[in-house]
Order: sequence, then structure tokens, then C-alpha cells
Amino acid sequence: MSKSLRILVPVKRVIDYAIKPRINKAGTGVEKTGVKFSMNPFDDIAVEEAVRIKESHKKLVENIHAVSIGPAKAQDILRTALAKGADTCTLIDAKETELEPLAVAKILKQVVTKQNANLIILGKQSIDDDCNNTGQMLAGLLNWPQATNAAKVEVDEASMTVRVTREIDGGEETISAPLPLVITTDLRLNQPRYATLPNLMKAKKKPMEKLTLSDFSDVSTEPRLKVLKVEEPATRAAGIKVASVDELIEKLKAAKAI
Amino acid sequence: MFSMLRVPSISGSLKSASRTLITLRLASTLVFLESSRDGKVLQSSLSALSAAQQLGNPVTALFAGSSAATAAEELKSTGGSTLLKKIIVADSKTYDNYLPEALTPLALEILKDPEFSHFVVASSAVGKNLLPRVGALLDYQPICDVTKIVDSSTFIRPIYAGNALATVHCGQNKKLVSIRASSFPAASASATAASVTNAPEVQISDLTVQWESENLVKSARPDLGSASKVVSGGRGLKNKETFDKLVTPLADSLGAAIGATRAAVDSGFCDNSLQIGQTGKVVAPDLYIAVGISGAIQHLAGMKDSKVIVAINNDKEAPIFQVADYGLTGDLNEIVPELTEKLSLNK
Repeated sequence: MSKSLRILVPVKRVIDYAIKPRINKAGTGVEKTGVKFSMNPFDDIAVEEAVRIKESHKKLVENIHAVSIGPAKAQDILRTALAKGADTCTLIDAKETELEPLAVAKILKQVVTKQNANLIILGKQSIDDDCNNTGQMLAGLLNWPQATNAAKVEVDEASMTVRVTREIDGGEETISAPLPLVITTDLRLNQPRYATLPNLMKAKKKPMEKLTLSDFSDVSTEPRLKVLKVEEPATRAAGIKVASVDELIEKLKAAKAI
Repeated sequence: MFSMLRVPSISGSLKSASRTLITLRLASTLVFLESSRDGKVLQSSLSALSAAQQLGNPVTALFAGSSAATAAEELKSTGGSTLLKKIIVADSKTYDNYLPEALTPLALEILKDPEFSHFVVASSAVGKNLLPRVGALLDYQPICDVTKIVDSSTFIRPIYAGNALATVHCGQNKKLVSIRASSFPAASASATAASVTNAPEVQISDLTVQWESENLVKSARPDLGSASKVVSGGRGLKNKETFDKLVTPLADSLGAAIGATRAAVDSGFCDNSLQIGQTGKVVAPDLYIAVGISGAIQHLAGMKDSKVIVAINNDKEAPIFQVADYGLTGDLNEIVPELTEKLSLNK
């Protein structure tokens, strides 16, 4: 069989998951200067899954292409994706513009066409806006099937169909669909590998296409939703430490919690 | 828009009267409701219904799948309100398992009606899967996981794992909203005179997605998402045996649902569907007991709106104590059984 699987992996640069975000003074967003950024954890899993598919279906996968839309610094996470096993990548420099999922999906649709990709693996959500939208939107725009919250992905080479076990509310379900297909990753899908130093060095030699939003001038990046303000959630009143189980039960009874 | 609704004068010009009519006709909410195989309306969907009612406009409910008709009857007898005017039933096997490829054409067809100013779903696994696909095809950006409705076009939603609350204004003609079920009460039980109609016939999607099987966790416990009490275990329980030995009886003594942290799920202490947090379920019970849970940002995102939080941990520096109303430091293996025993005696 000729190599016929072209995987596209969109990745996003977000504030590192371990950082507690601080609201900016103007109350319009989250403070981003001097904060550690890294690849969205779900996207890391998406990269890993693409690389695993390539490793287990050597004859099948033609290319893994990573793409990121964000500030120029997003090239750092693209290098990480390349170091982990992506072959090529595109950086779409959006400067400081923060795009909504709808605009991202529209731009990605054009990248999909250009790359002639037939399998797209994305994170199920980014940990900053917590939208959980882009994969579903992209699938809708392309009129492709979608397999969100994937916990297991199996590619059948003979029929070129993909079977995906999905996380759902009460447990899991399994669906299968022929290519082309959009998959979004859940945390359980895999354990991403570390990018080793030799691989990071090699990644510097891998191709990175650089575009800007003006290359997608037919896509409006005007936000549809206007953020009026961003504020801290109400803080909980400080609690108390109890010394014994009896005291705990007494307090819970007093609070009518039991 | 609302000022127009209050036009009091019957003698107003014909023009203004017809404009009022148009405005009235334009404001209506479609809410997509999920039901179980036997036609029970899901708790999260009842919350979506009450959120839809908060918008203040007439509400049309949509059920899809083989159990749709049964669910519509149940809703008519229990979940009604004066705002619920109509129930659309899409009784077809095509919609079983709620595949978004099948549901999207149906939702698009119904939403074509300019009357619908809002489309509301619960941000359940099904709702999250469906709404963005519908949004992309209508060319609208949805507002996801809303925890508060300020007015018919302004909503509050948590971002950054609940560490910030964003107030967003949506100027789009149709507002597509998914709501966080734990932030809205389930629609209360009362009968309704809402009419039941059949959904329009829609061309079936040409996408060949096969639904193969499901593997649901069977449990007699209350549903995690809507339970009034939750006992949750974390890494501190060390292994599955301890998890089962300590957490299960404690939950039994309270009639509580069982939850877990990602660490506990990853280590195989319990099923993944019990995970609470930014990427798992979000709960807000009356009582949340965290056993052996350190309190990482991602876990707090899923439970910090609980009314009373109890933390039991051997590490007195654990961040969970900063959000706990009542904290007890010590050996889980001694504390939890003692608590279980004393709670059982109390019953």
C-alpha cells in the first residue's frame, strides 16, 4: 500500500498548566508577561498519538505536520513537536491577536486543504479558554466525522478506517469511521514522551513554514464574543482544622451537611 | 429589545405594533435534552431546561432518538413550566447514541427558524460534542460551559480551570450556549400543557460513522454530576484495594457518589468516568469529602463550588486545606474507617 495517511496536528501555546494565572490590573484578561508558557497538555498528547501511529504503521504514514496559530514565540512549541517526531510544521504568526475557536477552525480548514491531510488530531480543549470547540468546528466545516475525547485510537490499514474509544459521561463508547477524520484527545490516550536533546537539535533542521494572519485574509479574526471583564472567582472563607473525627461529625451536623 | 416587549398602548401605530410582534416572534429558545435509553430525562438536561427558562423567552424542547417520545411524555408530566411551550420529538433510530454527525443536520434544520434566538444544551459529553459543530455550520461562536446568565446576551463562564471568570457579551443573532449543569438547578417538577410535535424530516448525514459499542460503569449510586454528597479519593489512597476499602464504605454510609482525582484514575484505582476536575466532571454537591487529595489546580476546578468541603489528608501543607471548610490531618487508614463507623451509627 502506498503511503496514504497525512496527519495534521494543531498545537497551541498556553500558560503552563502548573501556573496559577493572575488577572491583569485592568480586569480584561490574564497577566501574560513573565509567565511560563508551554504546549497545551492535550496537544502534547495529540502529537504523541500521531507519532505512535507513524511508528506502528510505518508504511502508511506519509507525513506528520504540526501547525500553530499564535505569537512568534509559538515556534518554540512547534520545535518541541518536531523534536517529538513531527516531520514538518507551519507557524501562523497572529502576533497578540487571540483568536476564537471559530476563526482558528476556519484557518485550520485551509491548512488541511493545503496539506491534503486526511487525519487531524487535536487536543480536546486548551487549558486557557477551556472552550472544547475547535476540533468539532473543524470537522463540521470540513464535513468530516469527528471522534472527540479519544481514549484509544486504532487504525485499520486494510480498510483505512479508524476505531476510536471515546470518554463519555457514564463510561466509554467505541465508534469507527473511514478517513478522513477529526480526532480530539483525552488525557487517558497516552503518555507523551520527552523531547531529548539530540532530537531537539535535529528538530532545528526540520522545515518550518512561516505565515501570518494576512495569508488568511478571507477569514475574519474579529471576535464574535466581547469579553466585558475578567475577574477572580469568589474566594472561599478560610476553613478550620478539626482535631478528631467526633469534632468533624459535630461540625458537619451543625452545618447541616449530614 | 425588552423595552419593546413592554409596549403598553393598543392604540400605537400599526407599524410599531407589527414591530413588536416581530420582536416577540424572534425571541425564543430551543433547548436540546438528552434522555436515557428508557426515556428518562437526564439531570444535566433538566438543568439546561431551567437555564433556558432563565432567558425569559418561550422555550421549545427537542428530544431525539428512539426514547424521544417517552421522554417527551415524562417531561410533560414533570418538567414543565409556563415558559415551556412546545416539545419537538425526533423519534428515529438515526439519533440513538447522539452521534453529532446525525444530530447536526437536525439541529440546523430546526434552528433555521428565525424565531430561535437561543440554542441551549448542557455541557455534557453529548452537548460538548454537538454544539461547536452546529456553531461552525451556522457561523456562530458558541459560549461554552456558562455558569451564570446575566441577561439574554451576556454570560459568565470560567476560564483557566476556573481561576478566572469571564463575562462575555454575544452580539450574534443566535446565541448558542452550553451550560454547566452544576450551576443551574434542575427544572422543577410540574405538569405542562406544552404541545408535542414531530421533528421535520431531515436528510440523513452521508458520513459513515459506525457506533459500535459502549461500556458504561454500572452503579447503584447517585449520579456523580448531580449527587448532593460526593466522597472523592486521590493518590494518597496508594492503591485500588485501599480506595475500595476506605472510600466505598464511607460513600455508602452517606449515600454519596464516588469521585476521584486524575492521579487515582491514572493509577487504576477506579474508572475514568469518575474523574473530577478541569477535564473530568464538574460537581457542586452540598458536601464534598476529599480523601487523600492534595488539591491541584486541575482538581479544584471541578469541585471548589461545593457547599461544604471536608479534607482528610496526612500532609498538613496540602493545598486542599486552603479551600476546605473542615480539615482533618492524620492517617487515612485510621480516620476514614472511624468516620464511616460513626456516620453509620448516626443514621
